[in-house]
Amino acid sequence: MRLHEYQAKEVFADAGVPVPDSRLATTVEEVLDAVGEIGFPAAIKAQVHVGGRGKAGGIKIATDEAEARQYAEEILGMDLKGYEVGKVLVEAGVDFENELYVGITMDRGEGEPVAMVSTEGGVDIESVAEETPERIAREHIDPAFGLHPYQARKAVYGAGIPRDVAGDVASILSTLYDLYESKDASEIEINPVMITADRAVVAADGVMNTDEDALFRQPDLAEMEDEAAGDELEAKANEYGFDYVRLDGNVGIIGNGAGLVMTTLDLVDHYGGAPANFLDIGGGAKAERVANALDMVFADENVDSVVFNIFGGITRGDEVAKGINEALAQFDEIPKRVVVRLAGTNAEAGMEILNTDLVDVEATLGDAVQRAVANAEDAQ
Amino acid sequence: MSIFVDSDTRVVVQGITGGEGNFHTEQMIDYGTNVVAGAVPGKGGQEVSGVPVYDTVDGAVEAEDADASVVFVPPAFAGDAVFEALDTGLDLVVAITEGIPTQDMAKVDKRLSEVDTRLIGPNCPGIITPGEAKLGILPGNIFESGNVGLVSRSGTLTYQVVSNLTEKGIGQTTAIGIGGDPIIGTSFVDALAAFEADVDTHAVVMCGEIGGEDEERAARYIAANMDTPVAGFIAGRTAPPGKRMGHAGAIVSGSGTGTAESKITALNDAGVPVGDTPGEVADHVAEFL
Repeated sequence: MRLHEYQAKEVFADAGVPVPDSRLATTVEEVLDAVGEIGFPAAIKAQVHVGGRGKAGGIKIATDEAEARQYAEEILGMDLKGYEVGKVLVEAGVDFENELYVGITMDRGEGEPVAMVSTEGGVDIESVAEETPERIAREHIDPAFGLHPYQARKAVYGAGIPRDVAGDVASILSTLYDLYESKDASEIEINPVMITADRAVVAADGVMNTDEDALFRQPDLAEMEDEAAGDELEAKANEYGFDYVRLDGNVGIIGNGAGLVMTTLDLVDHYGGAPANFLDIGGGAKAERVANALDMVFADENVDSVVFNIFGGITRGDEVAKGINEALAQFDEIPKRVVVRLAGTNAEAGMEILNTDLVDVEATLGDAVQRAVANAEDAQ
Repeated sequence: MSIFVDSDTRVVVQGITGGEGNFHTEQMIDYGTNVVAGAVPGKGGQEVSGVPVYDTVDGAVEAEDADASVVFVPPAFAGDAVFEALDTGLDLVVAITEGIPTQDMAKVDKRLSEVDTRLIGPNCPGIITPGEAKLGILPGNIFESGNVGLVSRSGTLTYQVVSNLTEKGIGQTTAIGIGGDPIIGTSFVDALAAFEADVDTHAVVMCGEIGGEDEERAARYIAANMDTPVAGFIAGRTAPPGKRMGHAGAIVSGSGTGTAESKITALNDAGVPVGDTPGEVADHVAEFL
């Protein structure tokens, strides 16, 4: 789960990381109230999960009230790379001399978190890593001990952070690791940390991704989840407990098991179609869950046809067939053609139950996908 | 022959009294797996499907001489259960549980480097040596004994590929699901090395997916160390960056690492043919044999 900037900064500020004075606003009036309290210059920043917000016009600096009104009107409600902006963070402008980078992420290859510090803040750290990797100081962290204070110092000196703020930056890095561990983060970064004219350090942006598998022990973060959701259908999938990703094609895809669902997406593409979504009903799904999955995919107006691909291990073909029958029984007219392929546990029993007046049936994955792609073309 | 498990493997099931643990214990026993004990805190002295239950893994090992465990413990407690198995000194631990917090697994991973135990998973379907034993939730009836080793990050995709192999009359020495999490015990390289050392394994199928760099490392290993031919499949060619595709580990990073393209190129460069469809993978394997 990715937190919005304002949520991440709340978490940082609670832990003692200095952040600029700011207010969250959802209307132009709230923006004007906020700048009235904060003063000028003030940054107005769109709160959506989109990289490169500044370049896309989602961040503007207002120097007076007229500008604040103009930018608030422009940004609130704007479409930023497919996301509608509903909230902005109004933040005191920082008069800065340098921009630094600090962050912690999981190094999958090593199975350990890694702390990173660089003087090249304010730009995409991935491109720094690619072009000038020597400008990033890295310290791998033993998860049994955490980030030792000496490691924070070593990273800061190794990165060449100006000496007069080195202690402050090391302290921010240590705090970030404490948060990384205590909040079950998967990634946490401040880019940039600004060094102000009077040599103070301030977190001017904030990124925090948390481990969805750990939300059960992070009630505060779980509460932020609804506000953090991006897409309406993805929010509905959360409610049903599906692994769901919306894509921009027109062939709806439902299956069991991540690898097999991904493979089904790839085959749709391979046979000339375009996948509309990834939907994994998981292992051992009962009829109701199967019906919910069909409801979800039917609710996506981009979908022209559906392929339902189940290879049962712990999932039973007869339960799946029951769920498909139940879901389709509620319609006078089935909204989109559905192709079903059942294999594995109880697949034969499932095929006997399945109402083949309502769905197309195919025996192999390849045939099922090709039929669904053809159905989508016919529907156009 | 086979790798990691056979009919002599003595299994303790951690979480045997839970719904999943109970159901799959029966399935494993039906398949012929030598399940000798269960371990569930507070349930010592009970019996499940004819198997004696102990409060601790240590108790199960002492009384029943277990040398492997299968973990069906819920995610909040599974990290601790795996630690218990590692610290008891079992030879093999197979963690089926999906949804263990990554930071719990980072600590487990650290401990793994200090002990001799092999961990398979977590978030995996387990391991099966057809006709001998299965540790996990794989449907035993689809596997046939044969000469092909199979290693995969995904369960149901494994079943699909196995069914494509079966159509051609090709069976398996051992099939291993290594799991879909970002941090796992046994890697592709570990499984490939074991298959390479197994005289009965004449070809290997590896099914990878987007996320991480394990497939790239496997490609380098194959080029440098393997005589046994390998055929590959990579799921997730159409996955957009930044989205978790079901598995916690199946994510292409924003900067474009972990893509299907990078993995397919690495495997091809190592001389490994990569099928566009599961059926094509079976075709490649048939050519090897």
